[in-house]
Amino acid sequence: MNYFKGTDDYVLSKELRDNVNVSIALGRPLIVKGEPGTGKTLLAHSIAKGLGKKFIVWNIKSTTKAQEGLYVYDTVQRLNDARFGDNDVSDIKRYIKLGKLGEAFASDEQVVLLIDEIDKADIEFPNDLLNELDEMSFYIPETKETIKAKTRPIVIITSNSEKELPDPFLRRCIFHYIEFPTQELMEEIVHVHFPDIEKKLLREALKKFYWIREFDMLRKKPSTSELIDWLQALIISGISAKDIEKEIPFLGTLLKKKEDIDIVEKSGKSHYAYNTSMRTRDVY
Amino acid sequence: MFINFFFNLKARGVPVSLHEWITLHHALALNLNDCSLTNFYHMARSILVKNEIFYDRYDIAFLDTFGGIETTDEMLEEILAGLKKVKELKLTEEEKRQIEQLNLDEVLRNFEEQLKQGHYKNHVGGNKAIGTGGRSTQGAWGYNPAGIRIGQGESRHRRAVQIAEKRTFRNYSSDVTLDTRQMRVALSHLRSLLPMGQGEKLDLKQTIDRTCKNAGEIELVWETKEKKSAKVMLLMDVGGSMTPFSELVERLFSAAAGQISRFKHYYFHNCFYQDLWTDMERNQSVSTMEVIKSEDSDYKVIIVGDAEMAPSELTWVNGAIDYWYHNDTPGIVWMQRFKEKFKDTIWLNPLPKRTWDYVHSIRMIRDVFPMFELTLDGLDEGVKYLMTGKCELYNR
Repeated sequence: MNYFKGTDDYVLSKELRDNVNVSIALGRPLIVKGEPGTGKTLLAHSIAKGLGKKFIVWNIKSTTKAQEGLYVYDTVQRLNDARFGDNDVSDIKRYIKLGKLGEAFASDEQVVLLIDEIDKADIEFPNDLLNELDEMSFYIPETKETIKAKTRPIVIITSNSEKELPDPFLRRCIFHYIEFPTQELMEEIVHVHFPDIEKKLLREALKKFYWIREFDMLRKKPSTSELIDWLQALIISGISAKDIEKEIPFLGTLLKKKEDIDIVEKSGKSHYAYNTSMRTRDVY
Repeated sequence: MFINFFFNLKARGVPVSLHEWITLHHALALNLNDCSLTNFYHMARSILVKNEIFYDRYDIAFLDTFGGIETTDEMLEEILAGLKKVKELKLTEEEKRQIEQLNLDEVLRNFEEQLKQGHYKNHVGGNKAIGTGGRSTQGAWGYNPAGIRIGQGESRHRRAVQIAEKRTFRNYSSDVTLDTRQMRVALSHLRSLLPMGQGEKLDLKQTIDRTCKNAGEIELVWETKEKKSAKVMLLMDVGGSMTPFSELVERLFSAAAGQISRFKHYYFHNCFYQDLWTDMERNQSVSTMEVIKSEDSDYKVIIVGDAEMAPSELTWVNGAIDYWYHNDTPGIVWMQRFKEKFKDTIWLNPLPKRTWDYVHSIRMIRDVFPMFELTLDGLDEGVKYLMTGKCELYNR
């Protein structure tokens, strides 16, 4: 029985860990949704590492077709080979190339399959995979072969909710929404990245970080990965905790939009910074 | 009954299917929740609810079903802890039998007596009074099947209910005002329902041509099909009573601009007349008649405004709110003209729906344009109306 306990380099909440185990036990794909930079993709890496399984990544682009994940029949190669007589063209099997999903099914051992950013693809994409993910098998008509998974792979699917996923697809999955880490959990996460960060600096930086995140007007709220970048910058330039208290250095690493930077800078200077109604949507 | 949870979820509008409900039973049969209500709360949520906007409703349904529940959550832990406490107490078989013979009435009577005598202080061991680890019929962690359990400090089993009570996900709920990300998702429906027609197609003629030129060596030529996308026009009320909503409207604007490739936007104040402004300061303008004449009628038009104004602004010649502005045609006529040309037009109103009936001008505008609340639900409904021509509230 597989039981995922987490790994040293990836901090996760108990609920997420439990849901991963529920998904493994039920043999159903786990959909992970959440703000960008909350470590959705890293979760799959961590599961593969924690369980010691082979790891297969299928990155989805806007042009990705479901069929590509199963197999590709390279007809052009076959045509070319027939033209010059290089290879034995009667053996169609040579021209069937398994895709990432096919690879995961055909593998002898159980694998961890990450379908990354499924919402990037066409709206019909998840529906085309319904049966394959349900049965964990598919049929190749060209070779009259059925590829069936010997052990159901552990499937992790990430979504940035750019598009909504179709209901029939969601019904077959386990869903987890990664909440933004609380300050305590965030301290743990930072410690994984910077084991010997100064305590006072971290506390002060996190205070500012969560203060900025409270602004509801921001176009793009800073996420964990931006915090890590920012801390890196702070450490390298040797800024002390006291300096952060006064102002926010390297604001550009936290906020990527000009408008957002303006909002934070403006409110930092005036007394409005302490007037929460300026910062939250309660004003409406 | 457990099934009530299912119906409670349904009643709150969480889309749960039987498929998922059965999956939950599979999970329960495997004891994946480890006999704990807290784990059950998270597990059931991950199986039953597939969108974070329903988390809040799930919480409410959970409270409704399990709010007053008395469970032995983390039972195992508690029993183990209890066992630790009684380890000093070793009873012979005969003694145990004696204790089992006590009946509950007797025990209760005894308890009341003890209570009166004020014995229930910290007390460990002993045979009579209340305490822990003793053989008495009262107190916690003692050995007596007919015992009364009192005062074990904070009970832990209500944790799941407390989590639900907190309702952390209230902000994700779909009937609160939106942030940009949510708007983007809602607006993406404008795109998603159209044939996207992307991807590649083999250009057969060119391929044969090139292959011939290559003396038979096959060369494939691909052509890319054009992407079809919705044409969207956004008309926004700026200034005056809309100022408090300007941030919200700006978010809608940035979401729309990012989501839709062919996107036109105009501004107006309270009501539009013969001019539509192209900048927020209302310096540059185009003629409304020109827009109506020259633009394709398949534009999806979204008008955003609070529609709160004096009725005269809609019905009078020269009724415009700006004193320097003269209009020969009343605003309501312009709106009707707009509606005639662009069949797919909706009005989004940031004011809460319950206030609409109290404002005369809103009632008048609702006669012309279907009006929706500027919330995730309203935007969803509105977009549905734009794309299909029907929704729950309006039917074209």
